[in-house]
Amino acid sequence: MTIVYEDEDAQGEVPVRRIRFTINGQKKIAEVEPRLLLAHLIRRGLGLTGTHTGCDTTNCGACTVLVDGRPVKSCTMLAVQIDGHEVSTVEGLATASELHPLQEGFKEEHGLQCGFCTPGMMMAAKALLDANPDPTEEDIRWALSGNLCRCTGYQNIVKSVLWAAAKLRSESAG
Amino acid sequence: MYPSRFRYEAPRSLDEAIGLLQTGGDYVKVLAGGQSLVPLMKLRFASPELVVDINNVPGLGYHRADPDGTLRIGALCRHADLERSDLLKATQPTMASAAPLIADPIVRNRGTLVGSLCHADPQGDWASVVLALGGSVVAQGPRGKRVIPLADFVTGPFQNVLDPDEIAVEAVIPVAKGARSGGYLKLERRVGDFATVGVAVAVETTGQNVTRAGIALTGVGGSTIGATEAAAALVGGPLTADRIAQAADLAAQAARPRTDHRGSAEYKRHMVRTFVVRILSRGAAAEERAA
Repeated sequence: MTIVYEDEDAQGEVPVRRIRFTINGQKKIAEVEPRLLLAHLIRRGLGLTGTHTGCDTTNCGACTVLVDGRPVKSCTMLAVQIDGHEVSTVEGLATASELHPLQEGFKEEHGLQCGFCTPGMMMAAKALLDANPDPTEEDIRWALSGNLCRCTGYQNIVKSVLWAAAKLRSESAG
Repeated sequence: MYPSRFRYEAPRSLDEAIGLLQTGGDYVKVLAGGQSLVPLMKLRFASPELVVDINNVPGLGYHRADPDGTLRIGALCRHADLERSDLLKATQPTMASAAPLIADPIVRNRGTLVGSLCHADPQGDWASVVLALGGSVVAQGPRGKRVIPLADFVTGPFQNVLDPDEIAVEAVIPVAKGARSGGYLKLERRVGDFATVGVAVAVETTGQNVTRAGIALTGVGGSTIGATEAAAALVGGPLTADRIAQAADLAAQAARPRTDHRGSAEYKRHMVRTFVVRILSRGAAAEERAA
């Protein structure tokens, strides 16, 4: 897969690198310009538009994805840097037939209004629950403090994550 | 936003990386965590010809103590590693209190302490912490390694003394001569914002007496400020309320704040004083409880 840019410089050779990576469990090869951001590879190259670019300045966290299980802001990482690594996006949460408990939680507890921040919120929450299956409200607020929401006031987002944590714990107990 | 065009190399050894710095052209940048460099490149404040990504160089992600207690932090040790570190919690109160306050939790997964020192943002938190602790940066280049005290490493806003063919490979915190206490306090409008005011205090005591002290200030001047007179006022006696108040006044005098959207100069100066008192009184209170 190659991403085509407007050639505003219109001179010189365009450096291109071939990278191999895994996204949501699928192996991929892509040819990318080093200046391509991970967020753009995901959205434009792979068509996975669930990852949103909000502020584009490392503040809002809407573009949060997991790289090797750790949340990162994909607007602040070069796509070439995922060579040899594993990326998870919000599209990787649900299966063909079932929502992920986090997605169910956001639905049950009204964890979103406009929904723009939601994919980033869910990916940051996923990393939290992977590391800590029984978080306190404080743990959740701390883990999501790099993700901004301008609608909800966060109250229902926190409830959604608590809901998902309880569901995941009951599933693993059952 | 995306950066202007650049070449990219991801070497697998420091020698290879240093070679690229020597041959890569006039404007080469080293990429570690990228949480400052990538935004700068996107805004096109920085447009390097070549980016040397050191993330594939093995063995730089450590933080560990030598047998004598000297702490070493590798160039790829992330803020999140330091936040979770039991070693810091047990031995480095100032660093342990600063680690959870760097940027936000997601940025902390990528950003590095050594990178933050190199970036030399006057509002960078780690520079104050390392300055207060009397720490250094180890630079490696074609002529070998050299150790640069942080006080000499940062020469101004966004400026350090690294040669174009040198990489900062490690930060070093010297061994304590007494029992360590201290902390870092930061006033920010919201998580992830730059510090309105940050204060790092590192004290070493033997018995009741302070044997070494460092105080450094974030966000209240054109560069990180070492409040050396304030620190000197603590040395040679116990942490009494009077001595703490004197050090706090001297630290406030050392600040060079400017009025901006984060607050007035007078407010920021006041917060420096308050933070020094708060950090040191906490230490004194803990000692009283222990006694």
